[in-house]
Amino acid sequence: MNSYPTAEGRKVLLALIETIDTNGAYLSEIDGATGDGDHGINMTKGARRTKEKLGDQNVTVPQGLDMLGQVLLAEIGGAMGPLYGSFFIDMGAACGDSPAIDKEVFGKMLKAGMNAMQDLGGAKVGDKTMMDALVPAVEGYEKAVAEGASFSEALNRMAAAAEKGKEGTRDMIAKLGRASRLGERSRGILDAGAASCSLILKSFSDSFQSAEQK
Amino acid sequence: MQRIFNDPSRVTEEALEGILLGHPDLLAKTENPRVVRYVGSPVKGRVGIVTGGGSGHEPAFVGYVGKNMVDVVSVGEIFASPSAHIFRDAIRAADGGAGVAILYGNYAGDNMNVKMARRMVGADGIKVETVIANDDVASASKDEREKRRGVAGEILMWKVAGAKAAIGASLEEVIRTAQKAIDSTRSIGIGLSSCVIPAAGKPNFHIEPGKMEVGIGHHGEPGVKVDDLKSADEMAQIALDYILPDLPFNSGDEVVVLVSGLGATPVMELYIVFRKLTELLGKAGISIYRPYVGNYFTSLEMMGVTVTLMKLDAELKALIAAEATSIGLTQPKLS
Repeated sequence: MNSYPTAEGRKVLLALIETIDTNGAYLSEIDGATGDGDHGINMTKGARRTKEKLGDQNVTVPQGLDMLGQVLLAEIGGAMGPLYGSFFIDMGAACGDSPAIDKEVFGKMLKAGMNAMQDLGGAKVGDKTMMDALVPAVEGYEKAVAEGASFSEALNRMAAAAEKGKEGTRDMIAKLGRASRLGERSRGILDAGAASCSLILKSFSDSFQSAEQK
Repeated sequence: MQRIFNDPSRVTEEALEGILLGHPDLLAKTENPRVVRYVGSPVKGRVGIVTGGGSGHEPAFVGYVGKNMVDVVSVGEIFASPSAHIFRDAIRAADGGAGVAILYGNYAGDNMNVKMARRMVGADGIKVETVIANDDVASASKDEREKRRGVAGEILMWKVAGAKAAIGASLEEVIRTAQKAIDSTRSIGIGLSSCVIPAAGKPNFHIEPGKMEVGIGHHGEPGVKVDDLKSADEMAQIALDYILPDLPFNSGDEVVVLVSGLGATPVMELYIVFRKLTELLGKAGISIYRPYVGNYFTSLEMMGVTVTLMKLDAELKALIAAEATSIGLTQPKLS
């Protein structure tokens, strides 16, 4: 597998929706420990709304990402709506009209998504947010590509770095958002944003790699 | 869950529909179902006041839309910021050509959505400025005031800015007075029990029986300490112990006092706290110009109380004195 056909966005979008929907309760539970427990509820609401909007139409990958991002931005609110909304919209925009998503194109998409989140949220690695999964994931991916790894290998290394980054939030003290008010008491609990980010990146990895197995 | 609703995912929508039906003399719909305006707004040539936030704090935020108060409100899901699009539509609905002041509380989601909304209306040519309320003394230390949350003090900020806009002040003047209002205001909350977001179906956090959390936030954010449950008089003392030195409020000051329940507190108990506050402030040489006691800014069915003090100067006093009409705050012109 060297690339994924851009035209087959429906599959990528449905996989993202499914991932968010099935993990809603889990995300809310983690969020409830440090935030207000609505992370999963709101993400799930956004995913379901996107599914309704998608209906049975075919979309390209950038169209699908834009659709999901616009729903999160327009209808979900909270902190996750604008953060993930911008993330998906800018990822889609970075894909542009490339006919296939290869490791270079996806690298650009990841970077654009990360920049959008950084610009809006202002979080840094170590603040106990989704950036703790996203930044190492993007770095891991870029390093893999630089070392000449295949697209599949780079995706696997991205997903593994995201997972590791997510686990790392357990030992951190939250510095931003509602959990930051907890100070020391936020230690020992995973960050819900990092958890959802890791799941989302894994979903991308699985969708792109499934192209080969068919 | 002993609560009253239909579909847990439609609590915000259905409550808002009911509020609109209940107050046709005050509130009007806009094209965006999550944006509600005062029937008399916008006024051409006058600054529009916008606020917004998550639901579950009723009468905040929609309850402060009215005459000489907030012009347009953005309504979010329970405890979640309204989306950027909702804030964007609220800005547009409030614009009377003299600019729009967005006066809201310091929460990550609201900050991001307001920031994006401002970008979205950039091309419209609407002048937009913001004041971010941060009156909660328990949410960060004094040297990190920019990290503090906005709580019930927001109401006094809206009252002041709404009155200022109503007399035809410029956007710059409205922003200056709103900023002065919040800079002169300090609040603290004491929580005795948790609250349940219907869609979550279980308590957001826990407070053990016989305990209270000093400095609790409006969404159950942990406070500065968990203590044994104290008497109403002791709670009044604790609240002032945090609030008074922070500004500081000094002997000779004249203040507004706002005592709000968090949703489940019997109103008579708020007055027991207020009674003691009056005594303690008197002893400290601080006089009360105007008290507000009741459920002004709640957190679903949380048990607890918030205490807010605003130090007045001549300008703030005159603006607090102005007549106002809204669901949450209605008063004749004060002398």
